[in-house]
Amino acid sequence: MFEPVLLKNINTPESYKIDTYIKNGGYEALKKALEMNPDSIIQTVKDSGLRGRGGAGFPTGLKWSFITKDPTIAKYLCCNADEGEPGTFKDRAIIEYDPHELIEGMAIACYAIGAANSYIYIRGEFALGAQRLEDAISEANAKGYLGKNILGSKFSLNMYVHRGAGAYICGEETALLESIEGRRALPRIKPPFPAQVGLFGKPTVINNVETLACVPHIINNGAAWFAAIGPAKSPGPKIYGISGNVNKPGLYELPMGTPLREIIYDHAGGMRAGKTLKAVIPGGVSAPMLIEPDLDIPMDFESLAAKGSMLGSGAIVVIDDSYCIVKAALRTHEFFHHESCGKCTPCREGLDWLVKVLRRVEGGEGEQGDIDLILKLCVDIFGRTFCPLGDGAVMALRGAINHFRNEFEYHVTHKRCMVGGR
Amino acid sequence: MLSENSVKEISELTSKYATKRSAIMPALSVVQREHGYVTEEGMRDVARILGVRPVLVFEVATFYTMYNKKPVGKYHIQVCTNIACSLLGAEHLMDFLSRRLGIKTKETTSDKKFTLSAVECLGSCGTAPMMQINDNYYENLTESKVEEILNGLR
Repeated sequence: MFEPVLLKNINTPESYKIDTYIKNGGYEALKKALEMNPDSIIQTVKDSGLRGRGGAGFPTGLKWSFITKDPTIAKYLCCNADEGEPGTFKDRAIIEYDPHELIEGMAIACYAIGAANSYIYIRGEFALGAQRLEDAISEANAKGYLGKNILGSKFSLNMYVHRGAGAYICGEETALLESIEGRRALPRIKPPFPAQVGLFGKPTVINNVETLACVPHIINNGAAWFAAIGPAKSPGPKIYGISGNVNKPGLYELPMGTPLREIIYDHAGGMRAGKTLKAVIPGGVSAPMLIEPDLDIPMDFESLAAKGSMLGSGAIVVIDDSYCIVKAALRTHEFFHHESCGKCTPCREGLDWLVKVLRRVEGGEGEQGDIDLILKLCVDIFGRTFCPLGDGAVMALRGAINHFRNEFEYHVTHKRCMVGGR
Repeated sequence: MLSENSVKEISELTSKYATKRSAIMPALSVVQREHGYVTEEGMRDVARILGVRPVLVFEVATFYTMYNKKPVGKYHIQVCTNIACSLLGAEHLMDFLSRRLGIKTKETTSDKKFTLSAVECLGSCGTAPMMQINDNYYENLTESKVEEILNGLR
């Protein structure tokens, strides 16, 4: 039985208070880190094999090592807490119930890369989370875990909360930087990457909440401990968020690589009585759907990529046989259309056109050739956008048509849905 | 004109950032808290306090959905209708709220008490269906639970 690491404190009363956190061993990792050389912290994180939990899975220690060691250049750390992809709700739990786990991870990361200022970019809707973080930062400042000369060392760090205001694109790292700089969140072209030119033009690391929350545990328990959990190329504990048509939706922290079938049936209680599983979105709505024969797949970066889908944020949405896949495709596509920032033409115009075609197909007014038109538009958009938002939208849509083309065709031919009979 | 406290709060926000422009977003939140939405006058005040051109404030305010561009009711009810909530009946919830309040999506009741909106994912998928009223989340909703919540709002 795997014992939770990242979520171990969240059911403790007043888990978000610093005294509770310290009582449970909190801030010991920061003490330990401050006695280490910054380079050896980066090496430890590299050795652990930790990969970013925001979706891309980039090796965290490697990302930190890209930052210049020139002490005369200011550097920044930004925590990406703009959790907003449908199906994804894992970071909110850490933010609301264990904010000090994140703050400690950020402090260690800042010490490792030499940053004196850091920001937590939290999605604006998370009012409680933003307040908890503000309060936790104040507590950490008062106890000497943040601020000037932390725990008597030469290391000083300011940490600030920056609230977003309802734009999913802010989860894209360069758009997030634009947003903190007081602009519309339009992604920047890369290169230069944020490690060279980031916030306020300075070298910047951007990490997801869950990624940073892993850091204190790696410092406390060692790289080998972390690397031994789950598969060699995607190690560590992982918070899987499962939602939709299962009996026990929620968050389940398990070793990376836990089979999807085990997560759905053993942990999330399986399907509702009388219903069968139709499709699963395995990693947030950008991830192409899987179907029942795919369920034995280990939930890690490599395995899902090999299957033509992706782990993303580990957000699993389960769809049973009572729900129309065309509607699922439309609802998720409307999201991407709504959230497209408008900077690049293929995304702005392409997603708009796609949503119009999808709406008429779903509404029973589809025309012969519409499905091929959708697929053609997907080709025209994929790989031609500034940032991954357009690609994510297209991959999801292609995945739905790939598995359930018959449902799309039924809508066009019969002018109604084969599921609901509408 | 913004209150003295809001002007002071916006001025102090700049200490968090390397540029004053970075304070535009939190400053707009201050305006919205005071006026209920981002008024043109409030946006001009922000520009003046931060020493930036008004257009820079306007372009930020119009990009982000959480800055209300027109007044909303005392209680802004936002129902998540994306996939996880839809799978568990978000549309029925929207219909129920619409009937119960006598308004359609994006409308405000005549007594200015409630505004109803359908929104994209609010990051509460494991406790679907859900809605946000002002800053608070209400999760695992049923019609009777919604009724109870509405009755508790004064």
